[in-house]
Order: sequence, then C-alpha cells, then structure tokens
Amino acid sequence: MPINEEGAAFKPLIVAFCCNWCSYAGADLAGSSRLNYPVNVKVIRVPCSCRVNPLFILRAFQRGADGVIMCGCHPGDCHYTSGNYFARRRMALLFSMLDYLGIERGRTRVEWVSAAEGAKFANTMNQFAETISALGECRRLEDIRCVESEI
Amino acid sequence: MRRVRDMMRSRAGELLKDGAVTRVLGWKSGEFYYDPTPSFFDTEESLDELVYNGFSAAMLSKYLIEATKKEGRVLVFLKPCDTYSFNHLLKEHKVDREKTYVIGVGCGGMLDIEKLRALGVKGIESMEELGENLVIHTLYGDKKFARGDVLLEKCATCKGLEHKASDELAVPDELWEWETSDRFARVSELEGMTSGERFAFWRGELSRCIRCNACRNACPVCSCNKCVFDNPRSGVIAKANADTFEENMFHIIRAFHVAGRCTDCGECSRVCPQNIPLHLLNRKFIKDINAFYGEYQSGESVDGKSPLTEFRTGDVEPGIVHERGGA
Ligand code: SF4
Ligand code: SF4
Ligand code: SF4
Repeated sequence: MPINEEGAAFKPLIVAFCCNWCSYAGADLAGSSRLNYPVNVKVIRVPCSCRVNPLFILRAFQRGADGVIMCGCHPGDCHYTSGNYFARRRMALLFSMLDYLGIERGRTRVEWVSAAEGAKFANTMNQFAETISALGECRRLEDIRCVESEI
Repeated sequence: MRRVRDMMRSRAGELLKDGAVTRVLGWKSGEFYYDPTPSFFDTEESLDELVYNGFSAAMLSKYLIEATKKEGRVLVFLKPCDTYSFNHLLKEHKVDREKTYVIGVGCGGMLDIEKLRALGVKGIESMEELGENLVIHTLYGDKKFARGDVLLEKCATCKGLEHKASDELAVPDELWEWETSDRFARVSELEGMTSGERFAFWRGELSRCIRCNACRNACPVCSCNKCVFDNPRSGVIAKANADTFEENMFHIIRAFHVAGRCTDCGECSRVCPQNIPLHLLNRKFIKDINAFYGEYQSGESVDGKSPLTEFRTGDVEPGIVHERGGA
C-alpha cells in the first residue's frame, strides 16, 4: 500500500458528481441503509449528469482529487429525458482524451445508479476507491512544478 | 498557381465592376514573401495587389463573420479545405450565406515555411511554382525543391481537393495533385505508446505553450462571442500558464470545445508560434467520434447535427475507454 510523507496509509480523495434525481438519492439510501462506503468520497450534487462540464472534472483533479466518478440516472431514466445520453457521449470522449494525454485511465469512471440502488452506490464507491488506492496519488493532473518528477 | 491568381483577379474585377459584390476578401502580400495576409479589396485597381501562391495558407472563412455583418456582398476565395470551415460557420449561423459569393480556388498544396527554413531557405524574394517543382529565388541564390517534401502537415494529409461549397470555381485543368497520407497515422502511433510515454510526450509539447491564444483566434470553430478563457473569474485569464495543470487544462478544454465541430483545417497548428501539434488533439477526437458514433467530418455539409449535440440510445458506455486494453 502506498504510504504518504507522514507514514500514514494512503487514502485516496475521490470526487463523485451525483445527479440529484437518482444517484444522490442512491447515496442517501446507502447512508440510511447503514451501508459502508469510504469517507473520503466527496459527493457533489448536480441537477443532472449533463450538468457536469469537463472543466468540473479537471478542476477536481487540480484541487487534489485522485479519482473522479460521475453517477447519473440509468440511460432512459433521465429526469430531463435525455441529459444523461449527452453526458455519456461527452464523458466517453473526455476520458479517452485524458487517457491519450497520459492520465491513468482508471482514475475516471461513469456509473449509472438509480435512487433505489443504495447497495450499488456503496459497492461502486468501494471498488472505485480500491482501484484508486492501487493507482496511488494523482500526480499527472496537478501542479507538478513542486513535485519530484517520477513518470 | 499563377494561373489561378490570374483567374481570381479577372473574375473579381468583373464582379466588382457590375456591382454583384461590394468587397473582395483575398490575400495581399505581407511583410515577407512567405506571409500573404488576408485583406479586403474594394476597387478593381486594388486587385493588382491580390496574391495567391503556395504561401496563401491563411484561411479566409473566419473573416466572413465580421464581414457579413456589414452592408453588401463579399466575394471570398476559398481553398477546398476552407470550404469545410465555411460550411461549419453557416451551420452555426455565424455567417450569412446571402451576403457571400464564394469562388472555390484550385490548390496545389500549401508550403511550410518551417520546413523550408530547416532546409536552409532564407531571404525569399520570389518563387516559381511549376507543378511538382518549386524554384525559390532568395537573396542567396536559387533553391529547388520537390513540392511534396515541403508541404504543410495539413496539406500532406489533405482531406481532398473537392470544394464543399462554392458559387463558381477557379480551378485550372492541369493542376498538380499529390499523394496524401493517412491523417490519423500519428494519433494511432501515440495510442500505441504506454500511458507514461504519452504523458512525457505531451508534457514536452504542452509545456512550450505561451498562451498567446493564436490557436484559438485563428480557429473557425472558436468563434464564441465570449470565450471561457477570457472570463476574468475563471482563474485562467493570465497570458502565461501559471502551472502545468493550466497547460493541460487549456489544451484539453480548447480541444474539447471544438470536438465534433473541428473541421480539421489545420490552422491551429499552423499558427502556433511554438509549433505545438494541436492537430493531434483535434484528430484524436475526430478518430474517437468516428469509432464510437460513426464517420463524421464537420464541415462536409451544412445539414445534420454534430455528434455531441445528438445521441443514440445504444451509444457505447464511457467504460469503453477502460476496456479497450493497451497500456
Ligand atoms: S498558439 Fe501555440 S503557444 Fe499559442 S496558445 Fe495556442 S498552443 Fe499555446
Ligand atoms: S481546432 Fe484547429 S483544425 Fe480544428 S477547426 Fe479549429 S483551427 Fe481548424
Ligand atoms: S476555447 Fe471554447 S469558449 Fe473559447 S472560443 Fe473556443 S470554443 Fe469558444
């Protein structure tokens, strides 16, 4: 397990953009069902997965996120009819571009979670946190002037 | 190319004379021989200054945004690749078709001054373009080249010599044509590298960026009235990138904003003073769009929606990026 300067076990910081209508409610359900998911998953509520601008994802990385996940309603179930379909195309292209620029591809993910899927929410977050822990700290999308370069 | 120029001058003269157009948008010689500059011509006499040669690479379509806001009709000369950008601007209602008159001009491939410089060319005084042969008269004597060796990247990988929009053509019969290469070859090469190698490659390229914004300003697609990079509260308005994140961010967002709309005109890479291969970012998006959502080239026609403004219920999931294997 990667260790940071203080010698403590590395805990990845994860930002989860969750759609107000499904995934945010799914997260809520996970909580009220007493399901465990890592505390360092920071949930950000958005009105629709389509609201997630590529800049949000980059900003999250800039401010220290090690992984970013976007959760929305299942395709076909969007509260606004089609927002998640557009988001799906955008994220596929954006993630592919990040991969092309050499950002480890495991750090980004999209998952469709409905309001009834509290267990899926918790599982997804646990798995994602595991993947990110294995990848370690995100160095490639932060200010690397101050960091020893180790590609 | 001289024949094309003569055809351009005479047709423009006729159209100006009978009042069909009020202004002509073409190229005029710039400070140096190798930089013909976009310019407007209002009178028949001024057309003597109209130039068209292997250095007339600057795309004129974008100038129509402002030009068509004025009274009168503009005659514009468009090379085949410029017509893609023209169509794109029509599609987004940035240019009024009624106020334009398009003469599609024949193209023999535009020359890359950087390649010529690397081959020791300086002090260019004039040039003879004889099909595949190029004779450049310089202050230090004549130099001969095979045209195919000194083409711009965008021309070596040209999308085709057909004009996708025009009211009439000025294309002489026996214009030189050349073998083009696959425009996605370099993208595929990069895709074949490991993630770490790609990261190192892009650091090397993007860290040279001086945020002059030339790539944005020259781009026909980057024609937003308000650009995200001009927003004083965005934290990225500074001319120079403050850190490596900003370099990445600027380039990812610029390329993302033109994804599905980029006409692959090559202007961004051509104007970049730091020679950053921006086309490799744009073409990555085009290649992915082709693979994920079916072949699409922005600017081929005015009709239809661009890939990011439509969807299919059976589209691929973003997870495809993780599943496709490779390093
Ligand atoms: S033209 Fe080149 S140097 Fe200028 S902002 Fe664009 S990439 Fe950077
Ligand atoms: S991004 Fe570059 S190649 Fe694409 S339309 Fe703009 S200037 Fe042309
Ligand atoms: S970078 Fe984006 S916001 Fe700026 S002009 Fe281009 S498309 Fe518009």
